[in-house]
Amino acid sequence: MLTVLLILIPFIAGLIAFGLKGSGPKVLGMISSLATVVLAIGAWCRFRTAPDSLNLVANWIPQLGSQFRVGLDGMGVMLCLLTAIASLLVFITIYNRDYEKPGAFYGLMLLSQAGLTGVFTAFDALQFYIFWELALIPVYFLCSLWGGEKRIAVTFKFFVYTFLGSLLMMVGIIYLYFQTADHSFSWSSFSSINLNPDDQKWLFWLFFVAFAIKMPIFPFHTWQPDTYEQSPTPVTMILSGVMVKMGLFGVIRWLLPVIPQGAAMWSDVAIVLCVIGIIYASCIAMVQNDLKRLIAYSSIAHIGLMCAAIFANNEQSLQGVLIQMFNHGINIIGLWIIVEVIQQRLGVKNMDQMGGMARKAPRMAIFLVIISLANIGLPLTNGFIGEFLMFSGLFQYNHWFMAFAGLGIILAAVYTLGMIQKVIFGESNDLTDTTTDLQPGEALALSLVVIMIIVLGVYPKPMLDLVSSTSEVVNKLF
Amino acid sequence: MNALISTALSGVVLMFVGLFVRNKQHIKFFAIAAIIIAFIANLAQYPSVQHGGYVMYGMIEVTKFGVLFNAVALGATLLYFLLSGSEFEKVGEHVADYFTLVFFILAGISLAATFSNLLMLFLAIEIMSIPQYILAGADKKSLKSNEASLKYFLMGSFSTGILLMGITLIYGAAGTFDIAGLGLGTESVHPLALCGIILIVFALSFKVSAAPFHFWTPDVYDGSPTVFTSFMSTIVKAGAFVAFLRMFHGSFAGGAISGHWTLILSIITAVTLVIGNFSAVFQQSVKRMLAYSSIAQAGFMLFAVVAMNDMGTQGIVLYAAAYSIATIGIFGVLMKLKDYTFEGFNGLARKQPLLAAATAVFLFSLAGIPVTAGFFAKYFVLSAAIQHGHLLWLVILAVLCAAISVYYYFRVIMAMYFKTGEPEVEHISGGFKAALILAVALVLVLGLFPNLLLCWL
Repeated sequence: MLTVLLILIPFIAGLIAFGLKGSGPKVLGMISSLATVVLAIGAWCRFRTAPDSLNLVANWIPQLGSQFRVGLDGMGVMLCLLTAIASLLVFITIYNRDYEKPGAFYGLMLLSQAGLTGVFTAFDALQFYIFWELALIPVYFLCSLWGGEKRIAVTFKFFVYTFLGSLLMMVGIIYLYFQTADHSFSWSSFSSINLNPDDQKWLFWLFFVAFAIKMPIFPFHTWQPDTYEQSPTPVTMILSGVMVKMGLFGVIRWLLPVIPQGAAMWSDVAIVLCVIGIIYASCIAMVQNDLKRLIAYSSIAHIGLMCAAIFANNEQSLQGVLIQMFNHGINIIGLWIIVEVIQQRLGVKNMDQMGGMARKAPRMAIFLVIISLANIGLPLTNGFIGEFLMFSGLFQYNHWFMAFAGLGIILAAVYTLGMIQKVIFGESNDLTDTTTDLQPGEALALSLVVIMIIVLGVYPKPMLDLVSSTSEVVNKLF
Repeated sequence: MNALISTALSGVVLMFVGLFVRNKQHIKFFAIAAIIIAFIANLAQYPSVQHGGYVMYGMIEVTKFGVLFNAVALGATLLYFLLSGSEFEKVGEHVADYFTLVFFILAGISLAATFSNLLMLFLAIEIMSIPQYILAGADKKSLKSNEASLKYFLMGSFSTGILLMGITLIYGAAGTFDIAGLGLGTESVHPLALCGIILIVFALSFKVSAAPFHFWTPDVYDGSPTVFTSFMSTIVKAGAFVAFLRMFHGSFAGGAISGHWTLILSIITAVTLVIGNFSAVFQQSVKRMLAYSSIAQAGFMLFAVVAMNDMGTQGIVLYAAAYSIATIGIFGVLMKLKDYTFEGFNGLARKQPLLAAATAVFLFSLAGIPVTAGFFAKYFVLSAAIQHGHLLWLVILAVLCAAISVYYYFRVIMAMYFKTGEPEVEHISGGFKAALILAVALVLVLGLFPNLLLCWL
């Protein structure tokens, strides 16, 4: 029931928000996201005592063998928590902003939250597919209605790209459905199919392409920098903080357990793609002048590392990925909040026009430094533990892969520190002279981010405990 | 059976109503009442055929499938009358005659869903086609409408001729017209039968506008009065598909024979998908885009015929419902606009939020986005093909084409929501809005619970 509420609250709040005017949608969004955060924490507590109570099965389309089957395992709890926190942070940050047609804006934001939570809780393949697509529709409208100049073409590319990926996945799901012993879409039936290796060989790609487009992995990434750049920043936060995790989630929940041999056969290819992506994206990030595009490319590099670690095929790296999914989400949302602040004050994205903001906005500068360092995985920040586990897992698999992927860390330091330098240090100019420091709402959101960064950096054990059950299960099946 | 009788009778009665009733509004109400009666009469037959078909002189066999399909066709026509019934009087003087012709077409469709004899197949196709030739030319003063009518008539009678030739050859090989008793395809296939089957494939492909027999479609659908295009491209097309499905599942399935036509039909399907989708991309008029979209959707429906399994049969019923409701809805909105190009939709969301939202849902359904009926329709036909086992290449191709279809469907959404403009919209009545909401509700309900329809099968 708790799990259903996690989906239902934002869904209903979203529908109501469409009809509200003025500051009504804001307040409603805040209440709904606070409620989901509380519920997600409640689900975490319940998961430690009685995990079975989080699962629910109800009849949906009996003729098809599809049921409404929601549940939460460690990974699910973590990602639902991330989704809830992400929307809370977004709503706090933009509380003082006024958007055109606020009812539709907040309504669509809440609906996308409902869709994402649905993806993370689905234990029925058809239902997973439906939520997977539904999460996309509100984002499509958000980007196209409130985005930048080139929004319509860019968002459309994004939509068609992901839609094509999902259709391929649907073919895969239907094929697998006919292979199940009891003609059912449930996760347990899917993961107990005995597929012959020849089938797994091509089925792998039907699923992997869908997930790779979403993450995105080189060479399926071309939609991502444009979309992040053109979307309104609150939407970019959801996209990069939570939505890309759908791809990683898909691989861990649906690809590895269902098509283990296929994944093993192609893991080298997948890792090579990821590593190329890491280095390629890092190099582009180094020469970017556009702040939003820089963060977009850095995100490709980070996600590439996570995906590579998934295919490294051992429990340690998998655990690293799981915890990093959460931490990367928090860090990148923190970065986007700062981008939103800068963009709102200066109205530009080009870093050459910035500089000297440390003097004018010291609090923002401190937050930027902390979050950036966490993003490159400095010890005692939350980014460290995940990266450490992933690299150690990757090293066990093949140290060459680890060496090349490790280059990404160094390059990340280069472009991140370069960005800090350009944005907050140096001489101030006409534009940055008039900057004001953080407003209370923004400061609150960033403080929450920094608290999570430090707490999880110093004491990651609770989070590791939470996800260890998932990594064990998946590792056993893989 | 009930559907056949009630629609044919309604047609005749309406013709006379036209002589005595001058008020066009009243004629419309008569038509709506008649369609409701036909709908109920059809459903009343359901209990008697639940445990086995009702056979009549070896000519007609009413089965659960036939009753269900007729219910879909009559229900969709009811929706069509509610949404676009008042457009009839804008076409010309003879409103009652138009309604009459629609009812005769429906009689043809109900025959197509229940025939069990090749002669009845021929009759069904002809009864469906001839009124369409007249409807296509109903706007007598428009040159395009006349052209559409003549083109449709010439091409249509040509394909009917081919169908007749095919039936003759089959008769030559089997010695009977009874589709269950043809007895073809056990071990060896008679050459005559083979030629006959190929001719029937071609003739029926023409009727469902499958490529490369589709060339009439864009011109006819574009030239006919929009209100009739809406009917011809949806319900009538679905009726032709049912004839196709019954014919091929009934007598050409299984054994050696199916191998001979499956390949040809799967190639036709592939070509239809590719041509329909790629041509639709380049259209500037929404009406013409919908004409090509109907070709593309026909490609998906052909899957059900090629796959030859239960999943396909369920799929065609769902597809007929999903596609008809969505397309009738879009045509309903289109007729309220002055400008039929994509630009004509610019800024509709701001001016008419309800119309825009409804159109968006219909387009989502046509594109196959989940929680709309179109998703499950596509899901069923693709499943049928995957279950068949040897059609995976076709499925992947279809999926790629579905991604292309998003391009032209979403162009309308982009125009409505993301562009600014002042669309000229006719007066929207409350009844129209109510009918539109009903259609949206149907699309969404079938998108969540397709078994509400399929549990009858």
